[in-house]
Amino acid sequence: MNIIRDVIKPIGKGLKITMRHFLEPKDTVSYPEQRKEQFARTRWRHVLLRYEDGLERCIGCSLCAGACPVRCIYVEAAENTDEERYSPGERYAKRYEINLLRCIYCGYCQDACPTGAIVLREDYELADYTRESFIATKEMLLEPLPVRDEVAEAVK
Amino acid sequence: MDKRVQEIVLRDSSTPAIPNLEMGGNVLLTRLDEIVNWARRNSIFPLTFGLACCAIEMMSSAASRFDLARFGMEVFRASPRQADLMIVAGRVSKKMAPVLRQIYDQMPAPKWVVSMGACASCGGIFNNYAIVQGVDQIVPVDVYVPGCPPSPDALIYALIKLQQKIRTQRLGMLLELKPRTDTPAIGGAETKTISTPNSSLPSVRAHET
Repeated sequence: MNIIRDVIKPIGKGLKITMRHFLEPKDTVSYPEQRKEQFARTRWRHVLLRYEDGLERCIGCSLCAGACPVRCIYVEAAENTDEERYSPGERYAKRYEINLLRCIYCGYCQDACPTGAIVLREDYELADYTRESFIATKEMLLEPLPVRDEVAEAVK
Repeated sequence: MDKRVQEIVLRDSSTPAIPNLEMGGNVLLTRLDEIVNWARRNSIFPLTFGLACCAIEMMSSAASRFDLARFGMEVFRASPRQADLMIVAGRVSKKMAPVLRQIYDQMPAPKWVVSMGACASCGGIFNNYAIVQGVDQIVPVDVYVPGCPPSPDALIYALIKLQQKIRTQRLGMLLELKPRTDTPAIGGAETKTISTPNSSLPSVRAHET
């Protein structure tokens, strides 16, 4: 057995590869501190959108619930009145609940929605300790009311 | 005992490890808790329990891009005797359920369960005769991860939440303390009923420890 040919050279060859990878830039995204870049059409937690004037886009038509393959959406519609108006049309969603645990984030609800009210956004940090906490109600899903920028309006 | 269970609040990593729980009658073990919980939460050995497509994401979260080794969880054990954490990744069929329960029983005492994905957590898209509608009908689950499948960072987020939960566990009480809203008598009874909402099956009586 040739010591140099059979032992030292192969070990050196192996260590060369090891050192090359050791000096390369790291692939790891150190998650809680850094976030990996999300794709443009990432589908995670749902958001119910509003129009610019603050009215809800959802009209309570339940087409999302019909399109949902796992039946995790529950919509209960009610009539808008002039005193109590939530959405521009005749009806609005009085209750809107999604079981986020049952949901498979396929985005069919987003495709089915005629007013573009429900969209799936990038928020993937959804894990929790109890099953009950995954029922997202309308208050949790609705986008917050737009803040009026009074300074900008005064400048105009 | 019951009062203390309700006092346990899960908090983020910026707060001190042992919250001021007014000692709760537990004087000797307070500082020891901190050390033991530190050791436990930083060396969780998960059990290889991939059942479906979620297992692919579980494997990729252990690989270099996401790297569970940063949390001391890279050692996926093939034997339940050496594992602390069971990540149920994928749909659990009714035929697999007794196997899963047996493997859970074979794990040594401080043990945790993460239910990964929609199928394991509540049946997901498989609402049919063959799939258990939620693994919490068989074993007590600590953290649920939604998603189909959850991305590796969603799983890592769940594991960080599990670490936060381990922070609040205390030695003077049951080792397998799991604060649950549906079982008020958590310390007293030897057996407890695991009841789950939205399930079509009757609840399963499970023996603790």
